[in-house]
Amino acid sequence: MTYLVDGKQISAEPHAGQCLRTFLRDFGSFGVKKGCDGGDCGACTVWLDGVPVHSCLTPAFRAAGREVTTIAGLAVDGVLHPMQQAFLDAQAFQCGFCTAGMIMTAASLDAERLQDLPHSLKGNLCRCTGYRSINDALHGRTSVEADVAGRACGASLPNPFGPSIVTGQAHYTMDVAVEGALHLKVLRSPHAHARIVAIDRQKALAVPGVAGIFTWEDVPRRLYSTATHEDHLVDPDDTYMLDNVVRFVGQRVAAVVAETEAAAEAACHLLDVTYEILPAVFDPVTAMEPDAPVLHDKGDAARGNIYVDIKGEVGSVLEGFAGADAVHEMTYSTSRVQHSHLETHGSIAWKDETGRLHVRTSSQAPFIAKQKLCHLFQMSPRDVHVFCERIGGGFGGKQEMISEDLCVLATLKIGRPVQWEFTREEQFIGATTRHQMTTRVKLGAKRDGTLTAIDVHVVSNTGAYGGHGGETLAAALGNPLTAYRCKNKRAEGYAVYTNIVPGGGFRGYGASQTTFAIESAMDDLARTLGIDPFAMRRLNMVRPGDWMESVWKDPSDVTFGSYGLDQCLDLVEDALSSGRGAEPPAGENWQSGTGVALAMLDCGPPTEHRSGAEMALLPDGRYHLAIGSTEMGNGSVTSHRQIAASVLSTRADQVAIINADTDLTPYDTGTFASTGTVVAGRAVDAAANALLDNILDFASRHTGAPTSECHLDDDEIVCGNRRMSLQDLWKAGHAVGHRFEAKRKAYLSPRTVAFNVHGIRLAVEKVTGEIRILQSVQAADIGRLINPMQCRGQIDGAIAMAIGWTLTENMMIDDHGAVINPAFRNYRIPAFADVPESEVHFADTYDAIGPLGAKSQGESAINPVAPAIANALANATGVRFAHLPLTPDRIFDRLSHDA
Amino acid sequence: MNLNAIRAIKRPLTADEITGWASGDAWLAGGTWLFSEPQPSLETLIDLEQLGWPALALSDGGLDIAATCSIATLYGFNPPVQWGAAALIKECANCLLASFKIWNAATVGGNICMSLPAGAMISLTVALEATYELWQRDGTQREIPALDFVTGNHANVLKPGELLRSIHIPARSLSKRFALRHASLTKLGRSAALIVGTQTGGTGDMLLTITAATPRPVQIAFPAVPTSIELRRAIDAAIPGDGYFADPHGSAPYKHHLTYHFAEQIRQELAQPAVLA
Repeated sequence: MTYLVDGKQISAEPHAGQCLRTFLRDFGSFGVKKGCDGGDCGACTVWLDGVPVHSCLTPAFRAAGREVTTIAGLAVDGVLHPMQQAFLDAQAFQCGFCTAGMIMTAASLDAERLQDLPHSLKGNLCRCTGYRSINDALHGRTSVEADVAGRACGASLPNPFGPSIVTGQAHYTMDVAVEGALHLKVLRSPHAHARIVAIDRQKALAVPGVAGIFTWEDVPRRLYSTATHEDHLVDPDDTYMLDNVVRFVGQRVAAVVAETEAAAEAACHLLDVTYEILPAVFDPVTAMEPDAPVLHDKGDAARGNIYVDIKGEVGSVLEGFAGADAVHEMTYSTSRVQHSHLETHGSIAWKDETGRLHVRTSSQAPFIAKQKLCHLFQMSPRDVHVFCERIGGGFGGKQEMISEDLCVLATLKIGRPVQWEFTREEQFIGATTRHQMTTRVKLGAKRDGTLTAIDVHVVSNTGAYGGHGGETLAAALGNPLTAYRCKNKRAEGYAVYTNIVPGGGFRGYGASQTTFAIESAMDDLARTLGIDPFAMRRLNMVRPGDWMESVWKDPSDVTFGSYGLDQCLDLVEDALSSGRGAEPPAGENWQSGTGVALAMLDCGPPTEHRSGAEMALLPDGRYHLAIGSTEMGNGSVTSHRQIAASVLSTRADQVAIINADTDLTPYDTGTFASTGTVVAGRAVDAAANALLDNILDFASRHTGAPTSECHLDDDEIVCGNRRMSLQDLWKAGHAVGHRFEAKRKAYLSPRTVAFNVHGIRLAVEKVTGEIRILQSVQAADIGRLINPMQCRGQIDGAIAMAIGWTLTENMMIDDHGAVINPAFRNYRIPAFADVPESEVHFADTYDAIGPLGAKSQGESAINPVAPAIANALANATGVRFAHLPLTPDRIFDRLSHDA
Repeated sequence: MNLNAIRAIKRPLTADEITGWASGDAWLAGGTWLFSEPQPSLETLIDLEQLGWPALALSDGGLDIAATCSIATLYGFNPPVQWGAAALIKECANCLLASFKIWNAATVGGNICMSLPAGAMISLTVALEATYELWQRDGTQREIPALDFVTGNHANVLKPGELLRSIHIPARSLSKRFALRHASLTKLGRSAALIVGTQTGGTGDMLLTITAATPRPVQIAFPAVPTSIELRRAIDAAIPGDGYFADPHGSAPYKHHLTYHFAEQIRQELAQPAVLA
């Protein structure tokens, strides 16, 4: 068969059941992405004879003799298609993984379809942007600013990889062809709890092309946690790479490696596994009962299924409630949700001719992944190289090592390269999720609203494994309580094992769950007392001079580097009363209301976190920056260049950056816990300053001018009245053996605090339960904005993710512990139509602790959104909905009885 | 996605070329469902594309839609002005979860044969009292009312190898008035309830078609627009309390509730005199 792909002729015979997506990728069209492989996300959109289709659903043979256009063929003679240019101008991407499909769809829209973007874009999912910047692109709006020497910091500069993203040339983890690579597939458990009695591999081994089958008997019997942290002791070593006990539906049972994915898949189906079914438990409260089946017997069985319990009290809540005029007590709960980064997990491992191991992976923490691999396989660190190229979203989901290990195992056993790419279904049944938490909140207050006691009881369902279970629980009991000054606080939390797909790290990290509970409860208490919710918060919120504490008495390293919570509340209150936003729909069944919630975030985790940066002046007068942190759409590469450029009085474009590579960059704990700016950014700041000193010092010696009279000016240096190019300076230095290089490390102490306040005005149809958000406004106190466009984009994306958590997303689990809806068509992450455009405001603060005045912001914006929506719903209806998600079928019956 | 168990593609020029039928055989129309999930039990796909059935045929008797007609083609159909109910085509298509890109490949017959409760082409053709022409592998043909085709969630009357050839929508139902109501848990999402009422011009009758809320379509004919109480009783008689369909797109009680609510809205709309365009 003959195909015409992006103007090039291809003669090939696809496999009978092959879809066009993989066929195109087989011939190097890596711009055609796999987001879901089931027609739901649109990342694989191509044109067939000019008509847009999802290539994952298109039988490959049907494209024969037709003209196929992919993102790589959209530009003509090197001139970008206007839609590609529009996406660049608006920077309508963050991780960029959905961008190729988004552009191929957008560029196909006629005038009529352009008028109806909610319908026209319903087949394209973006998890990062919240669609605002995509909407900007489709309306021809420009967001980027000029790159001016000395003004890089604070400017809305574009992502340096933008041109490769919009042309499909950016290489994500699986976008390489590794010669001779074998494909790995895993057989996953159909049972929630079972012992593996026997695995008969005979039939599977007979499948042509199968190169190896690995079960629990073939892996190092070494316990570890898949969660990645600097301190590996904060997560329980409760996992074997492959185990003879499975503890959730979807757990890995065996890995098959074969010449093709099809052969590996076929062999998986032919593995004959004998299971001894064990009793299972799904509800964490039941799991804490003495007679519950115990999941783990690894030395800590005495605690039953309670992986960890955390308790603390300051003052006396007993006395606090005794002195209260009003007490509010209610139980609130949040649902289990999946990160749904558009790029699934995946890794490729191979050995080079010297026997050294290389792992290309999609990880938020390549250095920790390397350490874990060294631990598991007892390898020397020098023999292992782990790196990321471009990553299609993380959100905490890639703060795990769940694909690298099996690829390495197979490579070490067989000696050939091995690659493994998760399916979308595997993301839901075999990766990690946000911890489902149930939170009982009891608040006491004086008549005037002054809090007298806060008492919180949390049960977190950590699922079958405990990675992140303790840290998320600690976070859940931390900031949401610290945000309020109150003499008497108590909290008690349990992270409990159950036979469900495990919890993990997820943007907001435990604090999201209890912020929902506590901010809902604050609203309920305010209503009981007849106090305005803004006033209630202003009365009780933490302020500079307060001793910041949750329920632990020992001093912490968190301090006020700046404070803008008061500004944030004012900004949101003003916005909600401004009359902006949409009118409620007409009709007596529509009721509308407003709601507000606040959130506080310690900028960085309480556990250790460190980052290193190296900088050098290059012979051509440009700069080299190497930083270990990962860029997964969070924008750190852009902001790190800006920080360096700012220190060196140059343009961001003068700074060439490499990142996330254990060979080429200094050590970095990982990009999580909102550390991209406050730790890695600080390392860049320090390295850039060190290089500046190095350059000025040499220039001073070279010219004889004192350093006080030397300064950098873009690509030149001025010393007294002499001006020379950095190229010449480098030559001069090189001639005398001077090295223009610097390296610095950053740690995370002390930590500052950031605040976010969200306001919502919504309408609800009391018969159908439909919710329409009329106005959404967030104010963020995140210090100085290193890149205002990016900061707004992170907040837009966090709001959209929160809207999904609040209104549409919910992993449903059946009676046997299996996920009912492991596909985007049944698990709805927000599409264009689901996300209103939000107003985003910033408090005017400059932080004394964070680099260049900046604070953390990747996560905090998500936390106040769900309670703001729930509070607005309560305000509209007089009914408190205490359990997420707030889907129409969960709310209609409590609203419609009087309809 | 790749369907790795598929061993062969057959591309017949006429349906007669396919004589036998094996358990691993499947007809391939648009492929938008077949390729969206693993199909480990299928071995051979039989492509309908080259049968070359004309997508749409218009006659005094009504509209004939080939099973292989794409949803995009049907969406673009420009009906005669007297066929007021043809506007249901666009309205139903817009109730699909699938985007317009899927419509470019997905077929009307595919949506019907998938037989999901929320299959909007089922809603459309049942509401418009269509008949389906089915071709069996022994060469015999049969016609059945659209209402009787779907028997449950993802289940229908097709025998192994039997093929949906075409859908006939009679002109008399295309000439009716209609009212449609629809709700989804998410914006533009899969239907939790898709309910259509039609009324013959010049009469006060009412034909109510309930889909998405129930595992299979339910149709209730009223010689005259009922009262609110009569309507509710008729719904209760047609659908037992446990007869509503629960899935991630809506709980059964919610779909039950929406059915009452939307049916009543439709009743009220059709009780009003028609407004001439």
